[in-house]
Amino acid sequence: MSPISRRKLITSAAAATAGLSGLAVAARLAQRYGLIPPDAAGAFCPGETLTYAAQRLLTAHAPARQFPRSMISKAPFANEVAPLGDAFQHMQTGGFGDWRLTVDGMVAHPTSFSLADLKSLPVQSQITEVACEEGWSYIAEWIGTPLHQVLHAVGILPQARYVAYFSFQPDWWDSIEMADALHPQTFLTLGMNDGDLPVGFGGPLRMRVPRQLGYKSVKYVTRITVTDSMKHVRNGLGSAEPEFGYSWYAGI
Amino acid sequence: MTHWVTVLAFFALLVSGAEIVISHPRFYLGEVGNVNTKPLFTIPIASSRATVPTGYGYVMPDQNGWSRSLHFEAAWVVLFAGLVYVLWGVWRHHFRRNLLPEPGERIWPAACKVMAKYLHRAPPDEAEEHSYNVLQRIAYLKVIFILFPLVIWTGLAMSPSFTSAVPESVILLGGRQTARTLHLLVTVLLVLFLVVHVTMIVLGGFWKRTRAMITGRAARREDA
Repeated sequence: MSPISRRKLITSAAAATAGLSGLAVAARLAQRYGLIPPDAAGAFCPGETLTYAAQRLLTAHAPARQFPRSMISKAPFANEVAPLGDAFQHMQTGGFGDWRLTVDGMVAHPTSFSLADLKSLPVQSQITEVACEEGWSYIAEWIGTPLHQVLHAVGILPQARYVAYFSFQPDWWDSIEMADALHPQTFLTLGMNDGDLPVGFGGPLRMRVPRQLGYKSVKYVTRITVTDSMKHVRNGLGSAEPEFGYSWYAGI
Repeated sequence: MTHWVTVLAFFALLVSGAEIVISHPRFYLGEVGNVNTKPLFTIPIASSRATVPTGYGYVMPDQNGWSRSLHFEAAWVVLFAGLVYVLWGVWRHHFRRNLLPEPGERIWPAACKVMAKYLHRAPPDEAEEHSYNVLQRIAYLKVIFILFPLVIWTGLAMSPSFTSAVPESVILLGGRQTARTLHLLVTVLLVLFLVVHVTMIVLGGFWKRTRAMITGRAARREDA
């Protein structure tokens, strides 16, 4: 066996140096253009950042796939949720007349909306698929108020970058970046398949983010906060999911 | 070099992929499928989700979080290693010289001859020490240019974000659940290739072959 030649050694070293400095430059650029997810850390940071950055650049404003009415699932699956408790049941008995969605943070006019208030904004519908990270999926018609209308109603400040949303269930919350928050298919969902949104599917109010996996579509939304950084919101990771090992970005 | 990086990443993908399957070991055709619809087939294992009826009465621990992160990170590694390998192969004429069947060679008779040789467990001749026979060439070409691209494609076709930008990626396959089922089947084919591949190496002399793979040189007859 011949020894590794000097030329080969030099070429390899040059290639390695070029690769490493390329990585450093890429990291700086990603930081500058907001292509690093808020939960990026540890061994999976390169993969998560690559995926998020690549998909953000590739998908930009692309709409989630829509389906014909004939493809709406006859037997959608609601998935299990933790018990909602007496306070929720009380509101359910009252037809959710007391349900409030408060919007605060970097907004000109912090506001508390009732479901009727939300319904008075132009309501739209979409027939899109819910895909769970576990692998299953179903298609439904979702009726709701596009989130961007609510954000425009309260007037988001120019430095706003993320929209965090919190469930009635205390430990369930998530956030999306402004591109997803202003996306026309991101809904505050009030209805499903021509009826009110059933409690099992997140009724009375569910965030619908059709370009990401099901877990980003948080059920029973009661509060929205607009912010420029996720660092000081709860765990600082942009979502409750990273505490269980799941990534903040779920477009894949 | 790209080979060993791919080996490492492939095992990461295999383990994490299996973990993800455990959360829903049911497979469907078409666009949608869930526990309320009839599966095409079910892998008879317990699930890590109580909502999946498996008949075991036992729920496995949920390992999807890190499995998903590892799966996608390893997928990037395979993608980059594959790109480097294919570019190198085109640049150095590796595919034309070593992997495309010899010009004028009739594939079926040649393949039958090689098969017969394998069955008789005849030792490889001098040419085979340094190059690939026709069966190997076909198998490697299939893995490099059909199975790996397919497994990447069917994986991307499950991404709600990617499919919003490139809806054809999933429409051409016949739906999201078909893509998921194909992703599994292509993986099975890749594992079958791996089993045969490793078996042949063991039969062909493990250390001699592995040394050749690492150094890129075949040992001379007298060394072996």
